[in-house]
Amino acid sequence: MASVEASNLPEYSRVATVGGEPYEKVPHDLYIPPDALEVFLESFEGPLDLLLYLIRHQNLSIIDIPVLKITQQYIEYITLMQHLKLELAAEYLVMAAMLAEIKSNVLLPREAKEQAAAEEDPRAELIRRLQEYEQFKLAADSIDQYPRIGRDNYQATVDAGIGDLQKTLPTLELSSLTEAFEEVLKRIGRDSHHMVKREKLSVRDRMASILKSLDDKPRVFSYFCNVHEGRQGVVVSFLAILELSKDGLIELVQIDTYTGIWLKAIVA
Amino acid sequence: MNSKDIIEAVLFAVNKPISLKEISDIFLDEESLTVSQIQTDLSQIEQDYVNKPVELIQVASGYRFQVRAKYSPWIRRLWQEKPVKYSKALLETLAVIVYQQPVTRAEIEKVRGVSVSTSIIRTLEERSWVVACGYKEVPGRPMQYKTTKAFLNDLNLNNLAELPPLASLDEWLSI
Repeated sequence: MASVEASNLPEYSRVATVGGEPYEKVPHDLYIPPDALEVFLESFEGPLDLLLYLIRHQNLSIIDIPVLKITQQYIEYITLMQHLKLELAAEYLVMAAMLAEIKSNVLLPREAKEQAAAEEDPRAELIRRLQEYEQFKLAADSIDQYPRIGRDNYQATVDAGIGDLQKTLPTLELSSLTEAFEEVLKRIGRDSHHMVKREKLSVRDRMASILKSLDDKPRVFSYFCNVHEGRQGVVVSFLAILELSKDGLIELVQIDTYTGIWLKAIVA
Repeated sequence: MNSKDIIEAVLFAVNKPISLKEISDIFLDEESLTVSQIQTDLSQIEQDYVNKPVELIQVASGYRFQVRAKYSPWIRRLWQEKPVKYSKALLETLAVIVYQQPVTRAEIEKVRGVSVSTSIIRTLEERSWVVACGYKEVPGRPMQYKTTKAFLNDLNLNNLAELPPLASLDEWLSI
């Protein structure tokens, strides 16, 4: 059995390998191309990340940040980023403003009374946010290090020998499909709601308008049948006329069979 | 046929983690296999594979046979495509969801100090590691997110408590 070893030397301790010799440190005279700086600056995950880098890079404690020094460096970095025309997220500028505010708070003299009330370090909120962010940064690293299926582990399976487990699909007769459709149609009929619609033409209104138009002279029945009102209009007019005649408000007169029916108002 | 062999066969055939309940459902009533017998069989199978390149492990959704992690460099060469390497932004977003779930996008943004891109959330959802789990009852009713069982399965975990508690670097250094 041949023994094969994966090269699993810790990669972080090695900067580069030149001629098989691992280099632990970047040589002083190493030329760093300008693009590299851009890549470096782009690698920050936002203002908190950049700030954290500045603090950690100088082995400073978060709790005891020298605000002025960090602020100067921070602004230097974002100036550089602007210079390189990196798209500078607004968050970076907000952080710069926040740093400036903290510094000015530290500098401003305070009255003794006020000082007792606001004893809190102006840096407290920033420190809390940095600490919180760092926690999640570390947690993100540790989550990434967990062996992951598809990267470190692979599900072990064997062919069950049954081929693809294809489900046998039930066959469908056309007749059962049409039956089902009929069934649905029937159900729709049963479930349909009775819609109460507002009548566009009201008999009562029509009665009033007919009576009004009969004020000056009698009119023939067809006068009240408007073409654009359609069948409904004729029915409404007819009902209105019947109502009016029942109430004794109009008189219906027909001179001869098949001639026009005349409506005449009965003046009380 | 002994139950241990049947269970081993099933574990290899199933191609996903399988729970105790699902294993027990495979056996008919008259085969009367108790859950404790299944558990005994499972631990016996686990023992059998101690010195093998595959292992039986328990994750959130049940049991699964998998290739041991130390063989992954060779397994990977089988495929042209390299496994996805997730960005810092994605991992940080995931970390906030893991430790503070259920959590809204605004809450994630507050911790990270930058806006959370939609594509990150979508990638996490597509991987089935994260799901939307309702609205937070605050103005605007923002969507909340939580991690899934699939996330635990994929990271060889049984539950979230197996992840280390949050610690700051200062604490780490002082240990």
